[in-house]
Amino acid sequence: MRIDCVVNGEPRRADDVWAGESLLHVLRERLGLPGAKNACEQGECGSCTVYLDGKPVCACLVPAGQARGREVVTVEGLGDGDLHPVQRAFIAAGAVQCGFCTPGLIVAVHDLLARTPSPAEEEIREALAGNLCRCTGYEKILTAVRLAAGREHES
Amino acid sequence: MSPVLGAALDRVDGRAKVTGAARYSGELNLPNLAHAVLVGARVPSGRIIGIDCRQASVADGVLTVLTHLDLPRVAARPKLFPSLFGLTAHGQSFFPMQDDVVHYAGQPVAMVVADTVERAEHAATLVQVNYAETPSVTLLDQGRDQTYEPAKIFGGLLPGRNPTRGDPEAGLRDAAVRLDVTYRFAANHQNPIEPSTTTAVWDDLDRLTLHDATQGPTATQLSVAELLGLPPTMVRVVSHYVGGSFGAKALIWAHPTLAALAARRVGRPVRLVLSREQMFHSCGHREEQEQRIGLGADRDGRLGALRHDKTSLTSHYDDWAETSLEAPAVMYAAATYAGGYRLARGNTITPTFTRGPGAATGMFALESAMDELAYEIGVDPLELRLRNHTDVDPSTGNPWSSKGLRECYQRGAELFGWSGRDPRPGARRDGDWLVGTGMASAAYPVAAPMNPQRARARMYADGSAVVEAGISEFGTGALTAMTQVAADGLGLPFDRVRFVGGTTDLPNIAAAVGSAGSGATSSAVHLASTGLRDQLVGQAVADARSPLHNADPAGIVVRDGRMCLRDSPQTGETYVELLRRNHMPDVEALGVWQPTPPDGGGHGMFTFGAQFAEVAVDADLGLVRVRRLVGVFAPGRVLNRRTAHSQLMGGMLWGLGQALLEATRMDPHTGRWANASLADYLVPVNADVPDITIDTIEVPDSVVNPLGVKGVGEIGIVGTSAAIANAVHHATGRRIRHLPITVEDLL
Ligand code: FES
Ligand code: FES
Repeated sequence: MRIDCVVNGEPRRADDVWAGESLLHVLRERLGLPGAKNACEQGECGSCTVYLDGKPVCACLVPAGQARGREVVTVEGLGDGDLHPVQRAFIAAGAVQCGFCTPGLIVAVHDLLARTPSPAEEEIREALAGNLCRCTGYEKILTAVRLAAGREHES
Repeated sequence: MSPVLGAALDRVDGRAKVTGAARYSGELNLPNLAHAVLVGARVPSGRIIGIDCRQASVADGVLTVLTHLDLPRVAARPKLFPSLFGLTAHGQSFFPMQDDVVHYAGQPVAMVVADTVERAEHAATLVQVNYAETPSVTLLDQGRDQTYEPAKIFGGLLPGRNPTRGDPEAGLRDAAVRLDVTYRFAANHQNPIEPSTTTAVWDDLDRLTLHDATQGPTATQLSVAELLGLPPTMVRVVSHYVGGSFGAKALIWAHPTLAALAARRVGRPVRLVLSREQMFHSCGHREEQEQRIGLGADRDGRLGALRHDKTSLTSHYDDWAETSLEAPAVMYAAATYAGGYRLARGNTITPTFTRGPGAATGMFALESAMDELAYEIGVDPLELRLRNHTDVDPSTGNPWSSKGLRECYQRGAELFGWSGRDPRPGARRDGDWLVGTGMASAAYPVAAPMNPQRARARMYADGSAVVEAGISEFGTGALTAMTQVAADGLGLPFDRVRFVGGTTDLPNIAAAVGSAGSGATSSAVHLASTGLRDQLVGQAVADARSPLHNADPAGIVVRDGRMCLRDSPQTGETYVELLRRNHMPDVEALGVWQPTPPDGGGHGMFTFGAQFAEVAVDADLGLVRVRRLVGVFAPGRVLNRRTAHSQLMGGMLWGLGQALLEATRMDPHTGRWANASLADYLVPVNADVPDITIDTIEVPDSVVNPLGVKGVGEIGIVGTSAAIANAVHHATGRRIRHLPITVEDLL
């Protein structure tokens, strides 16, 4: 099948997409956007988190066909030429190690702060509950969220 | 040393990783890329009596299906050997698809190559394999009556029995207080977030390039070259970014070679990505094991005897046991000691390194037993450790290269608020929660590679420098720390130096394993950088047109790219002035570090630390919440505070996972792991994270390596699980002698 959608603000097309293909696969293999990672293909780790029509989803669980005519934003589309404050905060807080969980987490945090500019501790934990990181011990990720929310003094 | 060493600078790879620009091994855009998918054995033991690939071969997009009947034979039988030695580093002495024998479930029995990964995955389901199944051993209990003492473990490098000190039987017999306890450990899997991945590309001249997720590019190169019967000159490995490893990518398993064979067969580049499920039976694991500890002490708790025996499950063909006895053997001043390994052969892939290999389990056993002893004799657990503290390596009587453990205990106790602890179990309550505290010591050996470690530094006429060594970045922050080491050595600002790793074209560095990576690489980088600096200083001194002409090189310092006299800084010139005047486009130096021998030239070499934990246990539901963790470590010199603390924190959270969550459960009826997914293998999530405090005590160490770097990758996990289990005992009065501790244990 053919899939037309808008990715990171640009109209994109993928042809000959197989019915069982995931959105993650189309992004990574057909559209040259490997930012969203493939780590479990089961919706368990959050590494593949992207926006679909403004809502964060696990792209590994979304059939590619569902993206037809819709808008997708990946980690590659968040910065506007320069780094987005969430991306800067991840670097400054030391929330990145191997980086494989990072793109998914950045999208999840981006979404959290867009909805709740000053989230409470519980809201942060809740919003990131679906994102696994095996390297950092998470604490620096929480620090990054506070930093991006302009609450670095609490970290 | 300049302030750049140790500074909490931002990661140089941060930008690439937060923007999605970093390319991992399965993310290359290659024309004509094909995809390989492995088919694993469904049974744990037996023979393949029939294999039917007809349906799979004619499925859409399929390029080839390979089985033991037509996969080319490998040129050599692989031999298990730890990658720290810089040689071939096979994860096991078995290569699949060479004959019809099945040693373990999940062992590759077929490989499908197709033009897209979905088509390959689909065709893989069409391969029909029939087995003549034979009885299997997949649990330690099933092999218990057939254990043996291996002559050697660890690829033949370590004896199956530790050297005995004195007469431990007499020591135990004569002790006023005796303890004999057994601790059991579930198998664990590393589960890095990036699954193992290799992309193989053959060029027109029959040269192979492997883009491989590995802790050691050279290890991949040498191992695959050996199996393919190629000289290493024909195999190049590229590994810039690796999405975590924790031991899963420390040794070289079958998949890089299989990817290369598939690519050769189809005449196209081939990518092979292990699925999450395949990660559970393709690159080793921490073996299921039990450890028996015998302690003999006097009434004051001074140890007179330590016995430590481990029994674990290994594969059919390798004598592997993680070296759990190593750190406990030297932790305390026990006058007598004996310890050994026993193995049972099972239907499993050869187990391998998992974060804190050996020490994570061995120190759990010892530190749990020490806590039991403390309660037995009524001495504060920390005081008991201090009474048994040793200023020499008790296995040899040699001094330590550095220690810092007393400082760790003291600082940790302060940060945690240990003093004044009411020792009575079950005495503290907070609503429905029983609250307890516990502590443990941590120790991990400081290892070094055997082969010379190399790095190259080149400075350009504009005063910028590139420093290179063939390491991969798998999360440790090595690229950043090595940039700092190079900037310090060259006397340049951080942002004038670029460190480059990631391919076997660069000077050779052994795989970064066992926390040895930063020590080995920093040594070579330091020697290359200071070598280049000295070369330039020497040139200035010899140059009649230099203001430093005829000056004593020992009196010259370099700051911000300017060489000057220490005692009269106005006399000097910049690197740029020197190079331009002499029409030199660049200068280069190689740094070669010959590692310290394993005996440290008469020193015991270990990293030490102290762990403290506070837990709350729901009195009715048995639920354990870790409230606080404090870890203080003495890892020698810290190259970058931020990345080092972040690694230590990650390690401590691994310890929490080991204590309360992580277990790979074997289903003995099918012989397969029953929970081979991230949904069912529980790892800590951010909601599990307690309040964690980390501190480091910087102890100078002039023995381990030039900069005194002992490494931080492993020590963070060591002792955490014991501190937590000891806190659970303090909270509830229940002594749980296995990991992980689950709700059922405390109901
Ligand atoms: S890859 Fe989608 S959730 Fe793990
Ligand atoms: S940084 Fe490696 S998994 Fe999060």
